[in-house]
Order: sequence, then structure tokens, then C-alpha cells
Amino acid sequence: MPVTDLSPVRGEDVPPDFSSGADVLDSPTAPAVPTLFRRSVKRATAPVLAAVFVLSVWQLAALSGLFPRLPSPVAVLDELAKLLRDGILLPALGQSLGRAVTGFAAAVLLGVPLGLLVYRYGAVRTVLTPVLAAFQSLPAAALVPLAVVAFGESERSVYSVVLLGAVPSLSMGVVGALDQVPVLLRRAGRAMGATGLRAYRHVLVPAALPGLIATLRQGWTFGWRALMTAELITSTPLPGVGRILDTGKQEDSFALVMASVALILAIGVLVEAMVFRPVEKRVLYHRGLLV
Amino acid sequence: MSPATTAAVRLTGATKTFGDALVLDGIDLEVAPGEFLCLLGASGCGKSTLLNLLAGLDRPSSGQVSSGAGRPALMFQDHALFPWLTAGRNVELALQLAGTADRAERRAEAARLLGLVRLGDAYGKRVHTLSGGMRQRVALARALAQGSDLLLMDEPFAALDALTRDVLHEVLIGVWERRRPSVVFVTHDIREAVRLGTRVVLLSSRPGRIAREWRVGIPHPRRAEDATLLGLAREISRDLREEVCRHARD
Ligand SMILES: Nc1ncnc2c1ncn2[C@@H]1O[C@H](COP(=O)(O)OP(=O)(O)O)[C@@H](O)[C@H]1O
Ligand SMILES: [Mg+2]
Repeated sequence: MPVTDLSPVRGEDVPPDFSSGADVLDSPTAPAVPTLFRRSVKRATAPVLAAVFVLSVWQLAALSGLFPRLPSPVAVLDELAKLLRDGILLPALGQSLGRAVTGFAAAVLLGVPLGLLVYRYGAVRTVLTPVLAAFQSLPAAALVPLAVVAFGESERSVYSVVLLGAVPSLSMGVVGALDQVPVLLRRAGRAMGATGLRAYRHVLVPAALPGLIATLRQGWTFGWRALMTAELITSTPLPGVGRILDTGKQEDSFALVMASVALILAIGVLVEAMVFRPVEKRVLYHRGLLV
Repeated sequence: MSPATTAAVRLTGATKTFGDALVLDGIDLEVAPGEFLCLLGASGCGKSTLLNLLAGLDRPSSGQVSSGAGRPALMFQDHALFPWLTAGRNVELALQLAGTADRAERRAEAARLLGLVRLGDAYGKRVHTLSGGMRQRVALARALAQGSDLLLMDEPFAALDALTRDVLHEVLIGVWERRRPSVVFVTHDIREAVRLGTRVVLLSSRPGRIAREWRVGIPHPRRAEDATLLGLAREISRDLREEVCRHARD
């Protein structure tokens, strides 16, 4: 057995290149990016498990006989199928989603510039902050009668409720996100000549992006809730999902009520999972804020 | 030409107070074109405050700042890079804001500057994937990208290991010798000051005043073990210690 083995213990290890400094040793190594398939599977696991869990508990509760009026998941699914066959489900979904998207777009077009004004001008901030905060705390259910009295039972009153629900939260969110941009980054930008509008474009907005996305997501949620409330309480010529919920209540049909609640919930979850979460993840990942 | 316009930047009787605290008191300081000025002082003596006045990021409570050069380039102790951009795009943004309109030209120049700080292969890397020293080098490249005749640096290498700091000193001196910007380099490290500066200015504490200054005539590249440099460092450290002790007694 040879006693001296002069070959390097760890094969062809070359010493690190120190020519540009010793800190080559402490550079963080980039984590390996998993494949799209693996990521999708991983991402889908938790929600699927959660759904299975909820459905199981629901089914057991229905079977147990403790809640005699509670319909089973299958009965609710039947109800949804019936809505679909009767040609009620898809138009209602279309109406509600259409209103939600239009209302959200309008709320963004109003709320974001308003937020920028509040952020930029001290006087506007002093006057509007308490007003916006107050409106933010007002439940949509209290706004609906107001809107109906003002505009009648119409699309206009539905939209005004959505706007009043979403705009204050969007504006306040924009202000909060911009306020949180670190002073150091502002100074660095200013020193490079990013002043005025260029400061917004090159420093403030990109730096505030994670907060701005969270703001949009919250604005959407507020708008969606307000819309459901409005559809539930008022009757527009073209019914939405909220109308189905109201019909279920009028007909005292537990299964129909459950079906529409499930529908409203599913839309919320899907929009979150398919729109906001991916965008947010992408932004955070690029900044090294996601592990 | 009046002397006011020949200086890269000049403070005249500048004071700065924060609330009741007098931080800077009657500072007269003129930075000549092409000089490498090291501003030395204990922690909290007002070095950053002074640099912010020179940078125009802050205004003196009284006295004047007059700047002969254009917008100065600034480098902080913290890299202050934008985390939503890659290393290369950070440098490109500085070029864009300084007026380089052509995209391809910006790319090429940014790559060249990264090469200059020996980060040629870091162009597409995200800030958070770089080590502290690499980030600081990107920050240096970004500052150089402004093409300013005045480079203001606030303890830029204070958080780096000695070996990396050595490399960056060489890079910085190399750039300075080639382009001859005026540099104001804030540090609390005496050896760093005498290694780099053509002039070393010592700031006293509470309030910050200019206590003393030295000219360093030794040409670059300077050897760390140069006897004159070592002697100067000893002398400065004696003065600095006196400054600190004087305050410990107060
Ligand atoms: N914005 C500020 N508000 C109040 N005090 C400040 C502010 N900036 C600096 N100071 C004070 O001024 C003194 C000098 O600070 P600084 O210039 O950062 O010192 P140095 O850079 O030499 O360590 C410190 O005592 C610090 O607390
Ligand atoms: Mg400082």
C-alpha cells in the first residue's frame, strides 16, 4: 500500500481566483431553479390538500346527521350543474367577472393617481388621509343603500359601490408603498440625476413594486367584496353571481346558497392564484426576497 | 478666472446644526481639480454630513457651498444598488441618467466599466447574488459611469476585507490617474487615507472643525511599507488620538 499519495484529495480543485479580491469566497451561490413541472406540482399540493380536507369535513358533517339542513358536496355540485344547464351560471359569471374587471380597472385609474397626489403633496395628504382612511373602514353594505338612493337600481350604483370600496384602499396602499422606499435608494437616485418624474420612473416605482402589487391585490379583494355585496342587495337588469346567492336566500335553498358561496370563493382563490401570486413571486424572486 | 470657479467644490464658513446640536462649525474647504482629498475623523464627527453638503444632498445651516464641477458622483458605505436591476443594468441606468441615449452604447460602456473594476463576468447577475465586495465594486462602476469630475465617497470600502480593499484601492487609483477627477474620500482609517490621498484633512469632533491637514507628495503606486508614509501615518494617528482624548475629557 502506498504511504504517500500526492494527488490532490479533492480532485482537480483549483484554488479560487483572488485576483479581484478575497470576497470571491463569500459570494452567495444562486439556488438551483426547479423545473416548471416540479414547481407546478409543488405549488398545487397545498391547495389541493386544503380542498380535499374541507370537502371531507363537509361530507362527514352532512353524513353525521348533526346538521339536518346541510346539503352534501354532491348536492351542491348538482345545483351548480343545474345552474349551468339552465343557462344561468355562465352569463352570471360573465356579468360578475366583467363588472369586477371593469370596476377594478376604473378603481386603479382613479385610485393610483389619487395615491400619487396624496404622496407628493403635503397639503393633499393632510386633507385626504383621514377621509380615505374613514372610507376604507366603511363596509360596502352601508354604501349600497346610499348608491341606490343616488342612482337607482342600476349598473351605475353597482359600479359606484365597487369604486368606493376599492379606491380608498388603492390610494392608501400606493402612499404606504412609496413611503417605505429606503432613503438610501432615494439619495442614490437623486445623486445620479433621477429627479422629478425620473425619480418615480427609475427609483420610486420600481423600489415600491412589491408594495404596489400587494396594494393592487388588496384593491381587487375590496372591489370584489363590494361587488358581491352590491349584486346581493340591489337588482340590476343583468344578474351576476351575487344575484344567484340572493335567489338561493329567497327560495330558502341551502344547496343553492352553498353553490353560489362556493362559486364566489372559487373566483377569489383563482384570481389570487393565477394573477397576483405569480406576479408577486416573480418580483420578489428577482430581488432575492424569496427563499 | 476667479478662484471660486477653479475649485471643483468649495465650502465657505459652512456650519450645520441638527436641532440644538452643532455638528459642523465654520468649515472652509476647497477641493482643487484633480486632487485626491481624504477626509479623516472619528465616528460621528460629521464626515458624512460634510460630504452631503458637498454633494448638494443637504444644505448648510449657514455658510456657502459653491460647486464648479457638474453633478458629483456619489458612493456610500452601503452599496445602494437597485435590487430590481442586474449589476450591468445598474451601471447602465447611471449612464442613461447622465445622458447616454443610445442603448447599445450604454451596454458596451457598462460592460467596459464592470471590466475596469474586475467584474467583467457579473453583467447579468442580480445584486443579491453578489458578495459585499462585488456589490461595492459595481457601485464604484456606477459612480464612474456618471463621468463626473467630482467623485464623493463615504467610507466606501469600510465593510470589506483587507485583501478586497487592497484591490479596490488599486482600481480606484488607476481610474484616478487616468481620468483625474477630484476625489473626496471619507474614511476613519489612517492608513487608507495616507495610502490614497494627495491631501489628508483631519476633522475634529463636536463640533466638527478642520483640525489639521497634510499634503502627501509621494507618487503612486505607493508601497504600504514606505517609511515616509509610515511616519506620516504615525503623526496623524497621534493627532487623531489627541482629538479623541480631548473629547473623552470633556
Ligand atoms: N439627519 C440627522 N438628524 C440629526 N442628527 C444627525 C443627522 N445626521 C447626522 N446627525 C448627527 O450628526 C453627527 C455626525 O454624523 P455623521 O456626519 O453621520 O458622522 P460620521 O459620518 O463622521 O460618522 C452625529 O452625531 C449624528 O448623530
Ligand atoms: Mg458616516
